[in-house]
Amino acid sequence: MGKKLLLEHINEPGIQSFEVYRKKGGYASVEKALKTMKPDDVTEEVKRSGLRGRGGAGFPTGMKWSFIDKKSGKPRYLVCNADESEPGTFKDRYLMEHIPHILIEGMITSSYALGANTSYIYIRGEYMYVAQILERAIDEAYANGFLGDHILGTDYSLNLYVHVGAGAYICGEETALLESLEGKRGNPRLKPPFPAVAGLYSCPTVVNNVETIAAVVPIVNLGGDEYAKIGVGRSTGTKLISASGHINKPGVYEIELGLPVEEFIFSEEYCGGVWKERRLKAVVAGGSSVPILPAGLILTTAKGEPRLMTYESLADGGFVTGTMLGSGGFIVMDETTNIVQNLFTFTRFYRHESCGQCSPCREGTAWMEKILHRLLQGKGKKTDIDILVNAAKNIEGNTICPLGDAAAWPVAAAIRHFRKEFEEIAESTTEGKKLEIATH
Amino acid sequence: MAENKAIEFSSDTLAVAKKIIARYPEGKHKSALIPILHLAQTEFDGWLSVEAMDYVASVLNIKPIEVYEVVTFYSMFNTKPVGKCLLEVCQTSSCWLRGSDEIINHIKKKLNIEVGETTADGMFTLKTVECLGSCGTAPMLQCGGDFHENLTTEKLDSLLEKMKIKNERSTYLKSLNLSS
Repeated sequence: MGKKLLLEHINEPGIQSFEVYRKKGGYASVEKALKTMKPDDVTEEVKRSGLRGRGGAGFPTGMKWSFIDKKSGKPRYLVCNADESEPGTFKDRYLMEHIPHILIEGMITSSYALGANTSYIYIRGEYMYVAQILERAIDEAYANGFLGDHILGTDYSLNLYVHVGAGAYICGEETALLESLEGKRGNPRLKPPFPAVAGLYSCPTVVNNVETIAAVVPIVNLGGDEYAKIGVGRSTGTKLISASGHINKPGVYEIELGLPVEEFIFSEEYCGGVWKERRLKAVVAGGSSVPILPAGLILTTAKGEPRLMTYESLADGGFVTGTMLGSGGFIVMDETTNIVQNLFTFTRFYRHESCGQCSPCREGTAWMEKILHRLLQGKGKKTDIDILVNAAKNIEGNTICPLGDAAAWPVAAAIRHFRKEFEEIAESTTEGKKLEIATH
Repeated sequence: MAENKAIEFSSDTLAVAKKIIARYPEGKHKSALIPILHLAQTEFDGWLSVEAMDYVASVLNIKPIEVYEVVTFYSMFNTKPVGKCLLEVCQTSSCWLRGSDEIINHIKKKLNIEVGETTADGMFTLKTVECLGSCGTAPMLQCGGDFHENLTTEKLDSLLEKMKIKNERSTYLKSLNLSS
């Protein structure tokens, strides 16, 4: 059994409530930070912990915090990114729904470190019922003196609010999120300036993912050095993995970073193996944006080493033979999966979610979807495959935000590793075979 | 809502709107736009007419165009009337891998509508949506604030039956309770 830091008390009846959460040691990090530590000490512990952003990018959290402009004299903001929308990812929803107070606690401790007196949790609109769970948890925190003026009798005051979005994947990109929080369309901003200098209302702002903020709780409680002992190398701590697709036990699992991928997929403690006693075909390991890998390469690196659930091991081999840990959205596909059609669902997703601001992404995602649709309808040509590769290449790196890359990578990777399947589909057209594939 | 009912928040809803506005700094009231549009969509029969959007603009003291451009950007806002139960079926990878096609086709056949259409009695609208963060409990659909997960065609049949009997409009926002 791996160590559980976030989900330790997940099975405790009533853990959603302040009372039970507190009895289980909840809000200790707030007491420790506010009463015994200076704000910069908290940041220092987070730096020492080696915590990296859990939303997908994996940027060191302590370093991100240290960029916040503390000299401008303007108010500073902490904004929690709860706009979880990366296909295959549902860990933040799980955490907020079942242990809402760990996020509230993390928000208070982190806001203290950053010197923020007003903080927001931006949650995707579809999670409206979760937003209402958070509203109740915040109410309880106010009633118990952990929010509001002079928290625990100290000089520190914080107001915390939930802000609901209305359906837009792009708002998970931090500058689009800030635009949306200001009541606008979610069009990403040009950087620089970075949010740490000019974020919400042009004030210094840090935007962190739900799981990242929750991880600050055990980091402050244990100390950064202790936290860093968990995991492997630069992949420290635990990570929530959302497991879905063709497995026996889909769900959210907290793993110690460093767990072998093979154990994660096949052991009873986690995914419980591939369903229907079928063979493993492929895995998308970190949410829809990251390159798909065939069974051989997800279990073992090209060098023949066992692949581990770490930022480094999953990336081993670059995009030629590796992938990314990303958001930890782990989608498993069995031997019957039509890789082209799965890719079509991803590409349709990105076309739908492109904000339309940059032409390569707006036009490119639509063309990639059209071409894949054509192939699946049995009307494609073999040359379509290279057109797809070319379109993906022309989107990548040519847009303001990473949505373009996120749309391009899955296309490039699916063709890289499963070109034969694309060719078969394209050729079945020339032979006049009709394909029975549903496309809505 | 009776057809001739004025587009205006009830006093309770208006009080909630004011509470929402107070969550943002002085002069930054436009931040409250999306949350207030959710209130409007809930109060005005599940969609936002031009009149409803103009009304929201007046509540926030911003230009109507600032409301239109936001409403048309976000997928949860409906600019046309929808059935009492808007069935939003997720069709992205993890749901597709576990049979969302079957769910969509079953609804089409059973209700005799295509994606984007509403049944003649105004009860159901079918919509396909992109990942709702319910991948571990796929396939699924959202109706108002409720997630219906691990769907099978049998579960779907009984769900649709229950909705018909209940005959109520589903809304994303189920309660107006906000934290202090």
